[in-house]
Amino acid sequence: MGSRKNFVHYLLLAFIAVAVIIYITPIYWILATSLKTLPDITTKLPKFVFDISLENYQKLMPSEGVPDVTYLFLGEVFVGLLLFGFFSLFNVRWLPRALSLRNLGLIWNSVFILTCLYSFLTLQPLQSRLQTDARFNFLFLMVCTIIAYLLIVPWRRTGGLTSQTTKKQRLTFVLPSVFGTIAICVVLANGGSKYFYQLLNSIIIGGGSTILAVGLGTLAAYAFSRFDIAGKDDLLFFILSTRMLPPVVVVIPIYLMYSALGLRDTHFGLILLYTTFNVSFAVWLMKGFIDEIPKEYEDAALVDGYSRFQTFLKVILPQSVTGIAATAVFCLITAWNEFAFALVLTEVGGRAVTAPPSITSATGSSGMDWGKIAAGTFVFLLPVAIFTFLMRSHLLRGVTFGAVKK
Amino acid sequence: MSRGMSDYQLKMAFIMPTMILLILMNIFPLLWSLYLSFHRYKASMPAAPRFIGVRNYSRLLADPEIWGYFQTTAYFVILAVAVQFFIGFGLALLLNRDFRYKGFVTTLLLLPMMLSPVVVGLFWRFILSSDNAGLLNFFLSPFLKSPIGWTTNPKVAMLAVVIVDTWMWSPFMMLIALAGLSAVPKFLYEAADVDRASAWFKFRWITLPLVSPLLLIALLFRTMDAFKMFDIVYVLTREGGPGTATETVSMNLYKLAFRNYNTGKACAMAYILLIIIVALSNIYVKYLNRVKGDTQET
Repeated sequence: MGSRKNFVHYLLLAFIAVAVIIYITPIYWILATSLKTLPDITTKLPKFVFDISLENYQKLMPSEGVPDVTYLFLGEVFVGLLLFGFFSLFNVRWLPRALSLRNLGLIWNSVFILTCLYSFLTLQPLQSRLQTDARFNFLFLMVCTIIAYLLIVPWRRTGGLTSQTTKKQRLTFVLPSVFGTIAICVVLANGGSKYFYQLLNSIIIGGGSTILAVGLGTLAAYAFSRFDIAGKDDLLFFILSTRMLPPVVVVIPIYLMYSALGLRDTHFGLILLYTTFNVSFAVWLMKGFIDEIPKEYEDAALVDGYSRFQTFLKVILPQSVTGIAATAVFCLITAWNEFAFALVLTEVGGRAVTAPPSITSATGSSGMDWGKIAAGTFVFLLPVAIFTFLMRSHLLRGVTFGAVKK
Repeated sequence: MSRGMSDYQLKMAFIMPTMILLILMNIFPLLWSLYLSFHRYKASMPAAPRFIGVRNYSRLLADPEIWGYFQTTAYFVILAVAVQFFIGFGLALLLNRDFRYKGFVTTLLLLPMMLSPVVVGLFWRFILSSDNAGLLNFFLSPFLKSPIGWTTNPKVAMLAVVIVDTWMWSPFMMLIALAGLSAVPKFLYEAADVDRASAWFKFRWITLPLVSPLLLIALLFRTMDAFKMFDIVYVLTREGGPGTATETVSMNLYKLAFRNYNTGKACAMAYILLIIIVALSNIYVKYLNRVKGDTQET
């Protein structure tokens, strides 16, 4: 009897393995195609054994060659991720004091900031594609890194290393990776790469709309969660229903409105649109998270003489950091993947074209360069894949508008 | 001691920016398109909108082609959602046991639904291609006489769209079903075991009733999303081709508005679609609230 049960168990595991292979094959095929040479791609039968070549990725790079500073940033991104992975997997106790997590994080962020400073001083701006001076992007990145670092690192001394603080200190290793990725896009876009310019547009528009949507959404969610509001359910339904509209329906009047206001093919226009699009989602998701914070915390703070607003800042916000992070990632992914609005509201080769319409607009000619498409697709999918793994515990809540919890 | 803003002021300050944004970017454009739907207007022409009453609507509703597009959409929605439901629920039943690397395996299966539909759809065209290096045709070649023209044969083109949509969205069904399955209390199964209940009995009378509210929500979600699906058709079958074999309502609306620039008619069409969506989302939100109430009680 026991062996039969075991047999069934392994049979089912085999089924799971088959399912995983079926689901992952298309993604693997994207990666494989992006690493093939042109003759290998166009064979009559698909080729599973092939020589790895990077020529498809080179097609995405600037034609005048890759600036050296790119490799510097690339190294920093990798080392940052490695450090993060290493310290998350192993509980290291043998490091000397001088190399504590805190100091390592500080060193690594300083190295990144210095690289940004170096690029700011040495980079030759290419005025033709980017209308603004690319060098100021580096100043911006430096400021962002410093602010994010100061926000993450706990400055008050806590007694001993709690798991909370080590988790936060590990996060500081990720900062140079995130901002370093943006820096790479800036460098390559400035070097004249069209693909990375559009990727940078995706980052700017996605990032801008995410910050706005999560900020507005958190405020509104707090109000919906804690105050009596006339017609609360109807208002919440209205907010949700705006997200239910098919983009193609809303896009016609938006197109006319943007044309009249001159907002078409501008970063600001798309940021505004994606914010609207995401804010409904952010309100619903954040409301779920804030509902879970016990009201007693706030009451205690109010008794202590805090004003409502101070309570919001000092009690609610720190308690809902996880929720904010999860919401932000989902907003970012939605904006990152969005296609219909981006297609209609930008022009081919325009200023604010994001990556999805530009990857697909390369399909007009009869002969399709699948290798280049695969390389572009893979680079585009990589951040989302990483986020999916980081956010897996929040995935259910995120994709169901916060309605279903695990 | 000053307490800063009053509760009322704070409430307003927190809600108003969101509401203003939503009204400016959603209600106002919708009213504008309602106005345009009663006019003859082409966005590419300088001519001002000319009032023609309900003629846009009557022409649309009398047009057999439009109903054809609705049929295509309904066909796609029913087929895709049904297939995704069975595959997703099946996967969830498979995964609902303890084994090593369960979290990792589940996350791998969830990858497709987080990716960009349009980029994925584009690359699937390569996988489905019939002339060279098409992966699917290669795997099917032992069973077929000649390769299937997935995206060029009008008879199977819709099937291709369903395959891609299923690949992307059955993990979503799986995720929700898995959440429902893992919430079923273990002691119910143990009690059934004591009574020597069969596996089918346990599934039919314990699993299914407890998971069904969540499954229903997943179905509604997918129905709404499938109804407005645009990206995959746009790239996979090149704007609803071959011919109009995969031209859904959304696709047709896009062509009407941005290929023919028949703005007035497109607005009327958008409104017809809107009414259907609002009706659907009403049902949807009702169930959402009910399920939310259920899960909060337990």
